[in-house]
Amino acid sequence: MTAVLEVTNVKKSFGGIKAVDGISFDVQEGEILGLIGPNGCGKSTLFNCILGQLAPTDGEVKVDGKVVTGLRPSELNRLGVSRTFQLLQVFPKLSVRENLILAGQEHQGNMMSRLFGPSDAGLSAAADQMIGFFKLDHLATEAAGGLSYGQQKLLDAAMAFMGGPRLVLLDEPAGGVNLTMLGDLKERLAAINREKRATFVVIEHNMEFVMSLCTRVMVMAEGKLLAMGTPAEVRANPAVIEAYLGH
Amino acid sequence: MSNLLDLLVAGLATGAIYALVAVGFTLLWQTSQTINFAQGEFVMLPAFLMLAVMHAGAPFWLAIILGILLSLLLLGLGFKLLLVDPMLRHGVLPLAIATMALAIGMKEAVKQFFSAEASPFPSIVPAGDVSILGRVISLQSLGVLALAIAVVIGLTLLLNRTSIGHQMQATAQNPTVARIIGVPVERMILLTFLINAFLVALASLLITPIYLAKFSSGEVLGQAAFIAAIVGGFNQVRGAIAGGLLIGVVDNLAAAYVSTQYRAAVPMVLLIVIILFRPQGLLGRPEERTV
Amino acid sequence: MTINGKYWRIALGIAVIAALIIVPMNFNRYGLYILSQWAVMTIAAMGLNLTLGYAGQVSLAQGAFVGIGAYTAAIMTTQGLPLIAALGVAIVLCFAIGWILGYPALRVQHHYLAFVTLAFSTLAFLVFRNEDWLTKGIYGISGIPRPNVLGFATNRPLPFYYFCLGSLAIVSLAMWWLIRSPWGRAFVALRENPVRALSLGIDTRRYTLMAFAIGSALGGVAGTLYAPLTQYIDPVPFNLSLSLDLLMMVIVGGSGFFFGPFLGAMIAVLLPEWLRFTQGYYLMLYAVAVMLLLIYSPTGILGILDRYLAERRTKAASALRAVAKSRLETAP
Repeated sequence: MTAVLEVTNVKKSFGGIKAVDGISFDVQEGEILGLIGPNGCGKSTLFNCILGQLAPTDGEVKVDGKVVTGLRPSELNRLGVSRTFQLLQVFPKLSVRENLILAGQEHQGNMMSRLFGPSDAGLSAAADQMIGFFKLDHLATEAAGGLSYGQQKLLDAAMAFMGGPRLVLLDEPAGGVNLTMLGDLKERLAAINREKRATFVVIEHNMEFVMSLCTRVMVMAEGKLLAMGTPAEVRANPAVIEAYLGH
Repeated sequence: MSNLLDLLVAGLATGAIYALVAVGFTLLWQTSQTINFAQGEFVMLPAFLMLAVMHAGAPFWLAIILGILLSLLLLGLGFKLLLVDPMLRHGVLPLAIATMALAIGMKEAVKQFFSAEASPFPSIVPAGDVSILGRVISLQSLGVLALAIAVVIGLTLLLNRTSIGHQMQATAQNPTVARIIGVPVERMILLTFLINAFLVALASLLITPIYLAKFSSGEVLGQAAFIAAIVGGFNQVRGAIAGGLLIGVVDNLAAAYVSTQYRAAVPMVLLIVIILFRPQGLLGRPEERTV
Repeated sequence: MTINGKYWRIALGIAVIAALIIVPMNFNRYGLYILSQWAVMTIAAMGLNLTLGYAGQVSLAQGAFVGIGAYTAAIMTTQGLPLIAALGVAIVLCFAIGWILGYPALRVQHHYLAFVTLAFSTLAFLVFRNEDWLTKGIYGISGIPRPNVLGFATNRPLPFYYFCLGSLAIVSLAMWWLIRSPWGRAFVALRENPVRALSLGIDTRRYTLMAFAIGSALGGVAGTLYAPLTQYIDPVPFNLSLSLDLLMMVIVGGSGFFFGPFLGAMIAVLLPEWLRFTQGYYLMLYAVAVMLLLIYSPTGILGILDRYLAERRTKAASALRAVAKSRLETAP
């Protein structure tokens, strides 16, 4: 097994506040790593540091053994690192299909071929496949802004997979999604993980979701790594129970 | 060297007027996200209101009072109720465009109902020169400077030392929180519009004797006020004051030391440099960015 | 219904194009001049609509690019060079300057960006006015020739109007194709949510610069038509108010709508002419009309239409859902 993502001693402070305080971990190919911790423990900040949305104060991030700290999010994305957001981030005025084409179009060709090539960048088929996979068929031509919250969450996740990423960071994919759709989402994520060997890191508050989906779970508290292990180990860890699960 | 002193005094005098206009501009921005492209025309109009009252036979002092009252009514209350309130919830840009249209409308109205020609305007400061430390300085410059500084100090005291001022600042910084802690936000916003109307009327009174009353005189003034507000700091009253004084001085120095043709370029270059390297302005604080 | 709607739209398009070709045939010189001006301003406003309406970057400098294009055309054609060469130079020049002007947009947004571009606009005006050796300063450049197009002289107003209309048609087609290409999608993404766009691999910097550069180049194209239209140019028309007027055209027509600039330019160029019978009041009435329109519909004229269509669609959709629901309920 090779490490898809290696995070070494990443730190991020805002003013005097250390939001992320020296986090190190690896994610192996094909793994689903859960990232849990109380609100404000630095999970999202860590994501933003890994993804180049924030510049870490210190530390190093490697993807497939290549140092990527300092790369812009768009460059990182084209290296196969993709993400979803905690709050809804679809393009409301574009249709579902257009959202998906947009999510894939920068992964192929160059600026010129995108200007002079076909209007759908040859991605209609791939987009429709993704639409089918996430069961959004009847909504393909609807404006994304008109979808229900749960449907937009599904679209958001589907967009993250359009470029055929190696590594996907999901920020609270289950937040606000109803139970039926939650089951769908979990099953879809597991299927992509199985079929495409895609590697995931998932921030989530829904314990049931994390414990049943993830192969390994990492617990953060106050910017530091508190525990790391299989779901069962983490659930039994007294420090975790004290800091998080106990509340 | 002595020439420099004259330039500085003249520059500070114009700068103080710019500051009045810029302060009103930033107040509107802070309390209600209004970028008023008609701010220059707001300065142009009160002088004509006062002239109109004088043409009707009223003495100058009465014209000043009525002119200011009319400004409060039209440029304060009317502007807020008729244009800003209906458009505010639709975002910054449509409202900004509407104020551009307002500027055209005001210029044309003055041209049509009053005159396309420049009219002289009486000065509230007596003409003449005074001699200070052996230098002859125009009384008008000094008077303008003194009055403008008095107003700026008064305004600063109002904002920082009175409870109304604190409520206004709270409204400007965070209307939601201000409302929760019991600030009458709506009334405070109206108050900033009235203060802006008062400031432009005063600026009009001070600057028109120097540059004459003309329908198009607002264009230059409005731009100077924009630049002053940005250079000083868009979200700070003291920034706008500093920016106004700075632009006034820079303007006058540029007129003397840079070619007359490119005099107007100097504040623009200053503006570009400030925006690129210190977008929050010289005295402003950075606006929080949401990721 | 949709197929029907499509036919209606095509029929309407053909009717409008036919009207633009046939109706002006017996217009007088002044009427043709105004219509040509409409075509030219539409091109400039389309450029700004790309920068502002699609890519979401405010610019108060579009008038300056029209000026750069106009001066390029005036200087080159009075030296005996063909207009097509001037067009090429103007496009390259405006594209390059627009690209550079886009850099501030990478650092600052919204009103700050507006003021940087405003400052640029003023600086460009000062250059037009003061660099006598190049632009003849306040005296302006006169005797700008009108071009021969495909062997036809366009000296008379009607052929020149057709020349402007043809140019507008070419620019419109190019723009239609651009906004439907992946670039157009990326521009919209840039406007709606730059952070998300970045996380999808979209190089927002490059697209921002492109939006500025292409929009500015279209300003230059409009300028190269403007110079032979008026046959005399001086700095005055290219001051800040032209930039503000163009911005107004985009917003009033409907920013981010393909046909917005056509309507916006129509209002800005033709409405004052129609109001001329009111004598000195026409610009005042124009200003009031613009304010009233924006109060009623801040998204411009096409915003009204868009809202109406959206409402109809929601109604249709909820009707459909109601039918589906009643079927479900009646099912055993």
